[in-house]
Amino acid sequence: MRQKIILRVISKFLIPYILLFALYVQWHGDFGPGGGFQAGVIFAAGFILYAIIFGVATAREVLSATTTRVLLVIGVLLYSGVGVAGILLGGNYLDYNVLADTPIGGQHVGIILVEFGVGITVAASVITIFCTFAGRRPEEHEEEYGEN
Amino acid sequence: MVIAAIAIARIHDLFAVVMLTGIFSLLGAAAYVVMDAVDVAFTEAAVGAGASTVLMLGTLALTTSKERPAPAKNVISALIVVVFTGVVLIYGTLDMPIYGDPMAPIHHHVADHYLGKSSAEVGLPNVVTSVLASYRSYDTLGETFVIFTAAAGVLAILGQSRLPRRHHDQEDSEKGMVSSPEKSKGAST
Repeated sequence: MRQKIILRVISKFLIPYILLFALYVQWHGDFGPGGGFQAGVIFAAGFILYAIIFGVATAREVLSATTTRVLLVIGVLLYSGVGVAGILLGGNYLDYNVLADTPIGGQHVGIILVEFGVGITVAASVITIFCTFAGRRPEEHEEEYGEN
Repeated sequence: MVIAAIAIARIHDLFAVVMLTGIFSLLGAAAYVVMDAVDVAFTEAAVGAGASTVLMLGTLALTTSKERPAPAKNVISALIVVVFTGVVLIYGTLDMPIYGDPMAPIHHHVADHYLGKSSAEVGLPNVVTSVLASYRSYDTLGETFVIFTAAAGVLAILGQSRLPRRHHDQEDSEKGMVSSPEKSKGAST
């Protein structure tokens, strides 16, 4: 699929906007539809598009297997860390009210951090799952996609 | 959606089936938009139509895109089970309140509190986000762990094969005659 110039140019044009849209969904999820889960999937979709067009090996140069595994853990740790921070600051587990001076400010900080954790984990998991599937027999894989 | 579902059941070309499941999810997302559940529609479109379709395509690339025709056995008992389950499900829906009924019990358990107080307690315009991330934070934490576990499981089962295949074979042959070549092949695939 690396030879198909239309796909290559169009996807190169689209991928930045897909990633940008994912970030918008991530940080604007408090005010409009969306949130960490959707943002993570959209981000991963942009990355997977890149991997399909340019090959999994090329995509792995951008985000290595180790990086995605570390991100996978960071997301979960961020979420649970927010909960622990609530305990340390004198509240219950996952109680955001104590995270900032005012309860509403605390809720804001907590929700943004938690959603970011969800987003990181979801993006990293989808990328990891795709790459483990697609990276198994690369030569055959590319041929199959090339036919379609 | 019904047409897509019937087509999925009838068609033997798995590539077409994967495409149809994507279309099915997209139609589902459109239905959610009609019901004003934009957040759910968003998720359905991104996950159902996007990510899972790609994952299924990846699986097709690893396996084959033709369905192996299964010999038809026990058609009548299967039909009885399906009809029975369908009748029970439809019987179950008879008790449910009409869609959009404002007096339905589900709208008066905690929903009143969430809708009325969330702007004062959480301060976000999107109530869905404040329910998901604040009131139901434990549930969302659990979901995140589920996704994490899914990825960890895939890595545990398939991640091994990233190592060069020869390495495995050498290891196996070094261990001796315990594992036959077929066995080691089965273990590494």
